[in-house]
Amino acid sequence: MRRATSGVLRFWIVPVTLVVWELLTRATESPYFPPPSRIATQFYDMWLSGPASQLLLTDGALDTFGPSLGRLLAGWVIAGVLGVALGVALGRIRGLAEYADPVLQFLRALPPPLLVPIFFVLFKIGTPTQLAVIVFGVIWPVLVNTTDGVRSVDKGFLETARVFQFSRYDILRRVILPSAMPKIFAGLRLSLSLALILMVVSELVGSNSGIGYSLLYAQQSYDYAGVWAHIVLLGVLGLLFNALFLVAEGRVLSWHANARRNV
Amino acid sequence: MLELVDLSHTYGSYRAIDRVNLKVAQGEVVCIVGPSGCGKSTLLRSIAGLIKPTGGTVLLDGKPVDGSPENLAVVFQDYSRSLYPWMSALANVGLPLRRRGLDKKRRDAAALAALEQVGLAGAAAKFPWEMSGGMQQRVSIARALAYQPKLLLMDEPFGSVDAQTREELEDLTLRVCAHHGMTILLITHDVDESVYVGDRVVVLSKAPGTVVGDLPVQLPGPRDQIHTRELDAFVRLRAEVGRLVRGMTPQRNPHGYGLETR
Repeated sequence: MRRATSGVLRFWIVPVTLVVWELLTRATESPYFPPPSRIATQFYDMWLSGPASQLLLTDGALDTFGPSLGRLLAGWVIAGVLGVALGVALGRIRGLAEYADPVLQFLRALPPPLLVPIFFVLFKIGTPTQLAVIVFGVIWPVLVNTTDGVRSVDKGFLETARVFQFSRYDILRRVILPSAMPKIFAGLRLSLSLALILMVVSELVGSNSGIGYSLLYAQQSYDYAGVWAHIVLLGVLGLLFNALFLVAEGRVLSWHANARRNV
Repeated sequence: MLELVDLSHTYGSYRAIDRVNLKVAQGEVVCIVGPSGCGKSTLLRSIAGLIKPTGGTVLLDGKPVDGSPENLAVVFQDYSRSLYPWMSALANVGLPLRRRGLDKKRRDAAALAALEQVGLAGAAAKFPWEMSGGMQQRVSIARALAYQPKLLLMDEPFGSVDAQTREELEDLTLRVCAHHGMTILLITHDVDESVYVGDRVVVLSKAPGTVVGDLPVQLPGPRDQIHTRELDAFVRLRAEVGRLVRGMTPQRNPHGYGLETR
């Protein structure tokens, strides 16, 4: 019963906010704060008025979202693979963490957007640089969580593996990694939302395509409804990614949720 | 097949076991019983190669053991830390067989056969967290069975389950494991259990643990929870083991009654 009420509440909070927002912005008539109805119209005109064969997405939407989402996902996947690999090495190879730690902490403290000029020099302008920014920015949560996860494998699990003489590969693949998976997933989830931010940031500097570039373009043409439409778009994408991620996590980690519930 | 020679282990300045000597013959079921803190687990972990004893040697088939020996399985007390929660019962039982070079089909068949022997053929697809404690410990036993070790170590295997389940598991151990001709070393703090399950009961003293009694158990088989336990021989043996477990620490028990409050 209580659950049902909270569901209804959550559902109603959205239209209520929208109505208040609409009334306030209409009353103030500020050009910088267009009413949500105008933002929605702009959103629709720019991106959602396409043919059904493209899932209603306009050509503009495909041209804008495509490169951005491609870079975001590619950067996230690369960072995920690298982060897990490095994290496992740091967590399992004795002594390595002590050597590597100062360097890692130093690198981690650097704000990725500031490195854009360096990446420009290292890579070509365009996608490689943007990928580098994303990878460099989002690898840390995965790396740190993986290291922590593979280090905190229950001693009982490892002793069992030792007694039954599992091969090193089996210990890693079937004991350590699954055991660290909940933490790895927590890291991946953080990275995904970071990747969205860095995707936009990297496109604001030195890019000629993507959502960030399109946002900058709208701003420079004084199209404030357009700017807001981009902001809404990013919010929606964040929500969508998070929801998709949670579905995937629920599948992979069903044992974890259940095991904890039964304890 | 198993021989312990002057096996000793100290943690820092704490002596857990002190010069334990023991010979176990092929196919024997030996129960090691002792008060809590007598180094029983230390003893078992030394044999399993999980810790390196600070003194003495463990000989398996005459060869000194270094690291975890081949052909050895352990049933741990804490099944929740020994069965992998991300795998089904079948996968848990089959996992150690990967090392044996069997393909997946044969591993699954062997695992299923082992689960059948412990009465869990219907639960092969279940995950550990879907099972009761007794069932989980059965899966642990099935894993050991499927592995077909020459030596099976059991560390307080029934310490975390209720009394009735414990009796069932004791019978299961007797029926299944012993029939495979496995040599079993079972560690327990339960005097009754040691006499009921063992062919031989070895009593360890309080820390530093050392062998203070080694009694053969001559009870008619097949053993039965009700009848065996009411036999005169069982009752007498139990009393004797009980006295040994409680009493043999004169230096720590100045009153000499042999009854320490625990």
